[in-house]
Amino acid sequence: MNGILLQLFQDTLVVLIAPLLLGWVNQCRAWLQNRSGPGVLRPYLNMVKLFHKDAVLAHNASPMFRFHPYILFACMWLAASLVPVIATDLPLSPAVDVIALVGIFALARVFVSLAAMDIGTSFGTLGARREMLVGFLAEPALLMVFFTAAAISHSTSLTTIVETLAHKQFIIHPSLAFAAVAFIMVLLAENARIPVDNPSTHLELTMIHEAMILEYSARHLALIEWASALKLLAFTTIGFALFMPWGIAEAGNWGALPLALAALFIKLTVAGAGLALLETISAKMRIFRVPEFMGTAFLLAVLGLLVHFLHGN
Amino acid sequence: MENFSGQLINLFAALLLLISFGMLSQRRVLSLINLFALQGLMLTISTVIVAYSSHQHHLYYSAALTLVLKVIILPWILHRLMRKLNVKWDIETLFNIPTTMLVGIALVVFAFNLAAPISMMGGAITKSTLGIAMASVLLSFLMMITRSKAVPQVIGFLAMENGLFFAATSATYGMPMVVELGIALDVLVGMFILGIFFFQIRETFDSLDLKHMEKLKED
Repeated sequence: MNGILLQLFQDTLVVLIAPLLLGWVNQCRAWLQNRSGPGVLRPYLNMVKLFHKDAVLAHNASPMFRFHPYILFACMWLAASLVPVIATDLPLSPAVDVIALVGIFALARVFVSLAAMDIGTSFGTLGARREMLVGFLAEPALLMVFFTAAAISHSTSLTTIVETLAHKQFIIHPSLAFAAVAFIMVLLAENARIPVDNPSTHLELTMIHEAMILEYSARHLALIEWASALKLLAFTTIGFALFMPWGIAEAGNWGALPLALAALFIKLTVAGAGLALLETISAKMRIFRVPEFMGTAFLLAVLGLLVHFLHGN
Repeated sequence: MENFSGQLINLFAALLLLISFGMLSQRRVLSLINLFALQGLMLTISTVIVAYSSHQHHLYYSAALTLVLKVIILPWILHRLMRKLNVKWDIETLFNIPTTMLVGIALVVFAFNLAAPISMMGGAITKSTLGIAMASVLLSFLMMITRSKAVPQVIGFLAMENGLFFAATSATYGMPMVVELGIALDVLVGMFILGIFFFQIRETFDSLDLKHMEKLKED
């Protein structure tokens, strides 16, 4: 019963704070560029505005096009609620391990690309193709990162990984250093951040994510924006679970929950600022450099696994 | 405590390997020098930890030597050379980084396999880092092969020396002091001579690209 309550609390929490994280990253980026910035609450206001508008659909849009925002939102919400964000005692999490989690992201990607090609505009098709290019390279890298953590904790379940890394004896795992670098590269690519894609651009030939959602308006667009915020939050919390799981409450330990919540907010604040810094100091890559970038991420993750087996623990 | 310092050494060894890969894939010569200095710093820290945990006092001297020579003097000389040769913003056109990295991974697997039986025999706290040391030697070697400009090749050479030094520390708690001093002097003098070579090469060929030296005859 307690577990279900906790699961419900976490689901509500992630869906509510996801736009806040996005707003915080944007605000930090604005500060770093010497602008005053739109404020951390901007994504919420944007979504309220979009929900009040009337949706416009193309004449030749199929039902797929209409359903896609809901599917995407559901996928991302599910992904974010499966990650142990504040506690490891989640009833939903035994159902899905890290490999299935990658599968959920892949499912969302398939629908995004199909919906982008549905209308038949050239921008949508272009964006979908690029998304598939980035996605098929990012996925194996993400899997290898997960395998490194799984090899350490002898389990592919995220909750077990967190419990092994955070609550057992403190051991430094050099292999996780490689995995962390690879994971950050995957995070940047999957969330359409700067070296791979620019989230704050419209109508440019280099865009990937924006090109796919050009045809959406009103509530559909709001849901898609919300889903991308959830995806960013899901990836950030996966990063916390793998590389700095300290503070996440153990199963049955209710007293640690307020502390876990505080730790989560501190980690999110730092990680958001770090992400903004990373985006500010790096330049957008040419699209044909992206395979190289993702290849490096994959090789680093493989190297992490190799180092793990070298030390043989 | 013993266990914890062993883990710390493993961590710094892993970072050393990570930096080796970073150097392999770095296009900008300036960043290459900074990575080299960072690698020297990792080497210094891990040597100090080995010295502390194994109570080998002469290792403190080698750590200090590494710090002064490889973190401060050599990068400084290289920066100065870059400024004088006016190649500060040089970007090298590397062929196909993923292929190079794949070869690098193969080298790492080879080195790990090669080092496994040796580290089985050793009882040192640092035994599992021998594979990493050998891997970083081979990676620096690979870097020297794949680069065509003079400065990155020299950095590859210096990084190889870093790897060798690390191998010596991890396998036998460092070399005798005389040998170490000799190598340090060698590297320093070698650097000066190579610096003079840079100017000569550029004067003769108008560039630092070593491809021009493959021709044996004037045409």
